[in-house]
Amino acid sequence: MALFEASDLHLRFGDRVVLENVSLAFEAGRLSGIMGPNGAGKTTCFNVLTGRYKPDRGRVLLEGRDITGRPPQDIARLGVARSFQLMSLFDEFTVFENVAIALPATRRRGHDALGQAYADPALVSEAYAILDQVGLADHADDPAKSLSYGARRALEIGVALACRPKLLFLDEPTAGLGSDGRARLAQLVGKLKGALTIVIIEHDMEFLFSLADEISVIHWGQVIARGTPAELKTNAWVQASNLGRLN
Amino acid sequence: MTAGRSVPTFTASMLGSWMLFATVPFWIERVGLYQYLAVEILIFATYALAFNLVLGHAGLPSFGHGAFFGLGAYAFGLAQFNLIPNLWLCLAVATLAAAAGGAIVALFISHRRGIYYALMTIAFSQVFWFIAIKAHGITGGEDGLLKIARLPASFGVATFDLKDNVALFYFVLVVFMGVSLLLWRLVHSPFGRIVKAIKQNETRARFVGYDVWRYKAAILVISGGLSGLAGAMFAMAQTSAFPDVMSLHYSGYVVMMTLVGGGLVSFWGPVLGAVAFFLARDVIGALTIGWMLWFGLLFVVLVLFKPEGLAGMLSTLGTRERKAAPSPNPQPQAR
Repeated sequence: MALFEASDLHLRFGDRVVLENVSLAFEAGRLSGIMGPNGAGKTTCFNVLTGRYKPDRGRVLLEGRDITGRPPQDIARLGVARSFQLMSLFDEFTVFENVAIALPATRRRGHDALGQAYADPALVSEAYAILDQVGLADHADDPAKSLSYGARRALEIGVALACRPKLLFLDEPTAGLGSDGRARLAQLVGKLKGALTIVIIEHDMEFLFSLADEISVIHWGQVIARGTPAELKTNAWVQASNLGRLN
Repeated sequence: MTAGRSVPTFTASMLGSWMLFATVPFWIERVGLYQYLAVEILIFATYALAFNLVLGHAGLPSFGHGAFFGLGAYAFGLAQFNLIPNLWLCLAVATLAAAAGGAIVALFISHRRGIYYALMTIAFSQVFWFIAIKAHGITGGEDGLLKIARLPASFGVATFDLKDNVALFYFVLVVFMGVSLLLWRLVHSPFGRIVKAIKQNETRARFVGYDVWRYKAAILVISGGLSGLAGAMFAMAQTSAFPDVMSLHYSGYVVMMTLVGGGLVSFWGPVLGAVAFFLARDVIGALTIGWMLWFGLLFVVLVLFKPEGLAGMLSTLGTRERKAAPSPNPQPQAR
């Protein structure tokens, strides 16, 4: 049984069909990719899988448990974290607090209205361990809004990792990054690979094909191809649609 | 906030403001003002701090907070007339009644934000205001609830009479200290930091596992309850409760106090705003009946040119002075 399964998802916005018969399965410990042209429905698909939108039809299962239409906070608490294509951070917080606020340990103390927020040494160490993992420990006390674009991308992933997920969805993590930033991000995702189940939406084919175990191609709201990077390189549709242009 | 460091429970500005307020009865008449003004300022400072929990800390634009203030005022009077004339019980009833009002409103608006949230708070405050005017048998209608007593503060071994304005001032000061300490701890607690996170990015907060609706509802209930406590003290001070305090323009006053004072950038901003508001009312009001025109202009100027308000201006001045002062241990300049 796959860790996460979506079957026969349908979603319409008014009279426009945005997802049609989408079925996806993500095996534990693997890195899966989703690619497709702009407007294909990739981010909408992520939004359905992570609870932002309720599908009109279909089912989403996490470890066999039906989570279809559950709100994002419930799905997050069950171990599904995500990053956003348009960066979504707590800009007025420091880098440390962005990560600390997302830790399950902080969440468990959410009803505490009189205690100290970050006095627990275990919580602080946990936050620093994640900052170290994403290369931001030296910037812990900097405001999130003062970070460079690449560092903010890394913090996005740090916030998602702080949720202690079983499954991590990354929505176009390389968007806007230069070649150095992409290389650093590829290194980070490479380190996470295996320890976590990861699903990445990505336009950067070189990045995706070098990391993914399996890739699904979405176009017009449908999954039109699926396979390993090697299989997809030779896929006629992918080649014809110019999506698989590789070195 | 520095990573992993605790926020002190008592700060210099907190203790300083408490001590400054404690000296007010000794000099307020010497500067041409009067003791009751100090009572009003402290009550509205308490109210503005409670209101700023919603506006400044949670980022929820409530323009109908007068409803909770008024609920507290009426509940205090009604509890005194119909239950038992005991100060602590009546204050508790007032706080709980206003918190319950906050809970009812929160039930309907906590899924909203921005302008929709603001409009819903206005609509609900109008409902409460209308009930206060029309339920003549309970609230006294437009005549209000009269003859509310300033009940004595009984501590078992000793009882303090609060009929005198100075005695009432010190009672209100103790409540103000308690509320400001409670709110200071709250905004730095895990709950408070989560609320602050929700203010910045509701979507992200939801996707890291927070039930945003519950936090927004809880903050309105707490703020409503504490506003009701302030309202109860106002009913004591005035020895009456009127529907006026629930009206839209009274709700606007607390917004003005909070923004003029700098509640969006400073915990103590609303207190500064309450002081500025009442001083403007009495000092400018002594010169012209159109004092609100001038205070309104000050409000517009501040919002346009210094949205951080008085607290922001003081903070800027402090920073400039620190920069201007010579360093006790001069460091070699980087070239």
